[in-house]
Amino acid sequence: MTKKPQPERWYQEIIKANTPPKQVFRNSLTAFFSGGLFCALAETARLLLIRLAGLPEQTAAAWVTVGAIALAALLTGCGVYDRAAQKLGAGLAVPISGFANSVAASMLEHKYEGMVLGSGCNSFKLAGAVIVFGCASAFAVTLLAMLLGLL
Amino acid sequence: MSIEKQGRQTWVFPAPPAILAGAAVAGPKEGGGALRADLDHIYPALSWDKKSFEQCEQAMQEKAASLALAKAGLQPQDIDIFFAGDLLNQITPSGFTARQLGAPFFGLFSACATAMEALSLAALCVASGAARHALALASSHTCTAERQFRYPNEYGSQKPPYAQHTATAAGAALVGEGQGAARICALTVGRVIDAQVCDPFQMGAAMAPAFADTVAAHLRELGLRPENYDLILSGDLGRDGCAIAGQLLARQGVDASATHFADCGLLLFQGADEVLAGGSGCGCAAAVGFGHILRRLASGELRRVLLCATGALLSPVANQQKESIPAICHAVALEGGNPHA
Repeated sequence: MTKKPQPERWYQEIIKANTPPKQVFRNSLTAFFSGGLFCALAETARLLLIRLAGLPEQTAAAWVTVGAIALAALLTGCGVYDRAAQKLGAGLAVPISGFANSVAASMLEHKYEGMVLGSGCNSFKLAGAVIVFGCASAFAVTLLAMLLGLL
Repeated sequence: MSIEKQGRQTWVFPAPPAILAGAAVAGPKEGGGALRADLDHIYPALSWDKKSFEQCEQAMQEKAASLALAKAGLQPQDIDIFFAGDLLNQITPSGFTARQLGAPFFGLFSACATAMEALSLAALCVASGAARHALALASSHTCTAERQFRYPNEYGSQKPPYAQHTATAAGAALVGEGQGAARICALTVGRVIDAQVCDPFQMGAAMAPAFADTVAAHLRELGLRPENYDLILSGDLGRDGCAIAGQLLARQGVDASATHFADCGLLLFQGADEVLAGGSGCGCAAAVGFGHILRRLASGELRRVLLCATGALLSPVANQQKESIPAICHAVALEGGNPHA
């Protein structure tokens, strides 16, 4: 893979001195707690569904997943999700809601170009890579595990 | 009318063409900023009764064009030549606006420097006698630009603190002979400068070297000093780009402390929230230059202004192919309308 070009050393220093740094530590902390909070809320909902509604464990988990997807898509459509993500960062990129947001945002973005060629074709514009490489790496890991006799 | 070339990049007009009228329109966030009084029309939302954001951008262009024409008391058929550009692929809003106006049309692209590219060409046409009236126009819309250059608008990614916000704004200037709000005395056409910046969120750093190069060339070729201008205005360097540009000018031997420097993108969003390092987009230099600045020149509050629109020639495809972001800056020297005031 070719490397990206870089500014000359002296210019890199000027840029660095005049650009606020990414708040990596603060962002990580915010993401850890906000992401953790969402997961805790989802887990609470799952337990409530099992204990109060008497749903089997797997069904309860499926409902929570569906609920998280619907909520993320709804908040994306209302224009809330991207603003919240600017503050909470990776906390909102937790797998299910982040994935739902990327699909909903892409579909919304292309709604003017039609249901099929617009929203349909572009729905996995961002999330497609996750699916492709997710499947590929799952295959590779499983194959390795089988060869090692772990499965 | 005549034109003289001075140095490598600069043209001067011994009998300067005038900006007969200018108009600026903008979206809700810009309309809530400190320059709201200088905007001729403020849209209350990012989209209205149009089918798409792209159509909204085109409507903004048409509004700016018709306002400028009305102020000058002219009709679309009086436009001898129309120069316009925007940030979209194939500059579609400009093409559709040209279709509405029915005037001979040159479509332009130099990213956010397009407003001054259009004004420069309009001035050259009028000064050479090729046109009596030339219309210069540029626009940007945050929802059409973000999807073009970065992510879908509603995608929840966290922008770095040095990212800028694309302005929803358009500006038009009608150039012709005679008296007007301001006179175009000289222009310096920018060179493409590539500082090898690759981060598409770091536009200020990508464009600052082009700004410094054009300003230094302008001053050198005309034998001027910064203090010959009341104000030297960059297009959309943003907070960080302005700070970087100050240091680059010093390296070029330009004493930036000798006069006032300001940035259209910062002015347009002064008092507005959630814009991180400031505004960007063609609309910044177009709306601030053809609205706020033109009014200050007409009123005599400002006498001489160097308006430098900065453009990052960013392409998402080139960026993914690991290319850097080249930049350009075009400068136009404006003087207050009445030479005898």
